[in-house]
Amino acid sequence: MKTIQQFLRDLRQYPSALAGGLVILALFGVAAYAMVTIPYAEAIRLWRGGEDVWYQNPKYAPPLWLNWFTDKKQPESFIIRSEDNPQVKQVQDNGETSRITLTYQFDYNYDDFPQEMMLYFKSNYLEKQPFVTILWKTPDGREIRVANTGISREQTFRFSQDEKLVRRLGGMNPVQALFLPEKAETGAPIKGTYTLVVEGVTFEQGSNLDAEFVFHGLVAGWAGTDHQRRDLTVPLLWGVPIALAFGLVASLGTSILTMIIAAVGAWYGSWVDELIQRITEVNLVLPFLSILIMVGTFYSRSIWTILSVTILLSIFTGGIKGYRAIFLQVKESTYIEAARAYGASNARIIFQYLIPRMIPLLIPGLVSSVPAFVFLEASLAVLGLGDPVLPTWGKIINDAQVNAALYKGLYYWILEPAVLLMITGLAFAMLGFALDRIFNPRLRGM
Amino acid sequence: MSYTNQETTQTQKDQRGILLSVQNLNVWFELRRWGFGHAGYVRAVDGVSFDLHEGETIAVVGESGCGKSSLMKTILGLYQPTKGKIIFNGEDLSAFDGNRMRRYHSEVGYVQQDPFGALPPFMSVHRILEEPLIIGGVKSKSERLARIRKMMEEVKLAPVDDFLEKFPHMLSGGQQQRVVIARAMIMEPKLLVADEPVSMLDASVRVEILKLLRGLQEKHNLAVIYITHDLSTVSYFSERIFVMYAGQLVEKSEVRALIKSPAHPYTQALLTGTSEPDARNALTYKEIPPGEPPSLVKPPTGCRFHPRCTRMIAGECDVNNPVEVSLQPNHQVSCWLHK
Repeated sequence: MKTIQQFLRDLRQYPSALAGGLVILALFGVAAYAMVTIPYAEAIRLWRGGEDVWYQNPKYAPPLWLNWFTDKKQPESFIIRSEDNPQVKQVQDNGETSRITLTYQFDYNYDDFPQEMMLYFKSNYLEKQPFVTILWKTPDGREIRVANTGISREQTFRFSQDEKLVRRLGGMNPVQALFLPEKAETGAPIKGTYTLVVEGVTFEQGSNLDAEFVFHGLVAGWAGTDHQRRDLTVPLLWGVPIALAFGLVASLGTSILTMIIAAVGAWYGSWVDELIQRITEVNLVLPFLSILIMVGTFYSRSIWTILSVTILLSIFTGGIKGYRAIFLQVKESTYIEAARAYGASNARIIFQYLIPRMIPLLIPGLVSSVPAFVFLEASLAVLGLGDPVLPTWGKIINDAQVNAALYKGLYYWILEPAVLLMITGLAFAMLGFALDRIFNPRLRGM
Repeated sequence: MSYTNQETTQTQKDQRGILLSVQNLNVWFELRRWGFGHAGYVRAVDGVSFDLHEGETIAVVGESGCGKSSLMKTILGLYQPTKGKIIFNGEDLSAFDGNRMRRYHSEVGYVQQDPFGALPPFMSVHRILEEPLIIGGVKSKSERLARIRKMMEEVKLAPVDDFLEKFPHMLSGGQQQRVVIARAMIMEPKLLVADEPVSMLDASVRVEILKLLRGLQEKHNLAVIYITHDLSTVSYFSERIFVMYAGQLVEKSEVRALIKSPAHPYTQALLTGTSEPDARNALTYKEIPPGEPPSLVKPPTGCRFHPRCTRMIAGECDVNNPVEVSLQPNHQVSCWLHK
């Protein structure tokens, strides 16, 4: 207990360690939050989901908060469902027929046009389809007829893809023309309250009609969306636990196994040591990333396979030489001789006498090596060798790169995961350096 | 210090059983060239024989590098003898299997020279003393603690609770050595090997540690092999003294007889070099043998001391190995001068 208190007191002397520690704690908090609010199965469903899951989002939409920093406000995305909003729907029941009016009202105070507008109709009937008239009311009092159409059980009306509407608007894209002043061909949209009215008539007893108005703005969500309309908050949030798990497991596994193997080699000496050293030397000249790429290409891209191979290849590296050098020194200390004299077994000497001596060196190294593994996982994903199932930061960057995000000016797409990667790396590095100074007396006061 | 105690035991000596018998022990270390080529042997111990009785204290003296430590470590079971036998309580050490060897380790205690180095820096005193008990198979935690407390009181690390959770660096040199002695004694061994137990301590605590060792020896009827290069502490509690030179025992004798009439020229030189605390010694000049101890890889032919010996007999000492001669029943010397 006392040593832990002393350790915390030492740690407090390094503001960078505190900052790093806090960021790491925050990352763990986010990881826990992500796993609780979006369970694994749900995260996978969302990440692998297509148009059916994400139809409400625009494509390539930067995050909402981009509007805070620009003068030209871009329209935000929203949806209005008639099922959920009683004030939208008015029903006038005349027995056999009934008149259903859906009124979608929204304020529009933006300086740009939306990406797309859609109406998702749902109706139930036996034989006779309901019929709707869609009207568009602008803030300056005009009323534009959008469409007259019969409605099947499930039908989607896309404003920009309706030929008749395009013709009626003089060949202009409806999502622009509907917001422009009369006769104008370019310019800024009129600000104010727009109303979309769906006047429906059903021809059967008990026949019903509902519609969801989906408005694809130019910005969406807190993290923006990608080419598949997916909200990037899901992979950004889920990238945290995956990055932490990969980094920590790889770092812990590598450090501990390296230490044990180095201790075994140094303790037994002779051919055991020789074998370990030769394996290490061969492994040191093997290209690490290329082997991982080969494994990813020909065998499996599962994160567990990649993790195992990473640990396996990282055990026999320079660390083993460094640890061995110290173990060879510790091995000759008189307390080890004393332990042998009172009959301590080889295993006991390795685990209770050699390795505890190295714990002070192990911990800072362990913490400092986490970022390397986090970056490694991201690099593999960027190279297209990421886990095909899991949403990770590297996958986001990979998608962004494949879809030419930088060329299209979609900086958010790359910067968001990149900044998270940087923060993670920085936090572990800052804590690791401080731990190194605390545990390694030779660095003190330097 | 009087020798009355030793005189009485000396007469009863033959009645005491032999605890440890070392027979023509050789410990050689192979020298390798380029990691595999053979380049000869370091003959650290070369034909050493002696018997140690139960409860007897012997001292092995000699210069640094004479093979004392190798002899001791072989007795402790840390090195394998190249030739020869070590018989402990009638059993041959080389025939021990893993289990018996572990039991042997608890029957032999080991006190090292450097008390700080001998204690693992990351273990508390409690843990340090518990280790031999755990290895020795004492399962009950309360029994272990009881034995630790008893032992700590015996080595005067009292009050026990003040020391139990301390780490070695928090203790003074004398206290550290007491912990080392407690660790060596905690399995109640029959034999204690003490490798220069006081040479790294302050003069002020040396006497206390020696008294402590002597007290433990008498109380537990402990056989002690006391290894030192310092003849002045030998007379403190040893009965017999073995003088070691270049891997061989050149003279074995009772302490009193050896100090009174050293037979081997090397012993005489050693004794001359030992200062009694007397102011007049500062003014006297002492003849000490020239040169250095010989190489153990290629030891001199014949008597190994002959290149440094002032009374060397040419054609004898440098050709033929000296044979052991009994001057008295308990005084043997390997020297051509006494043939």
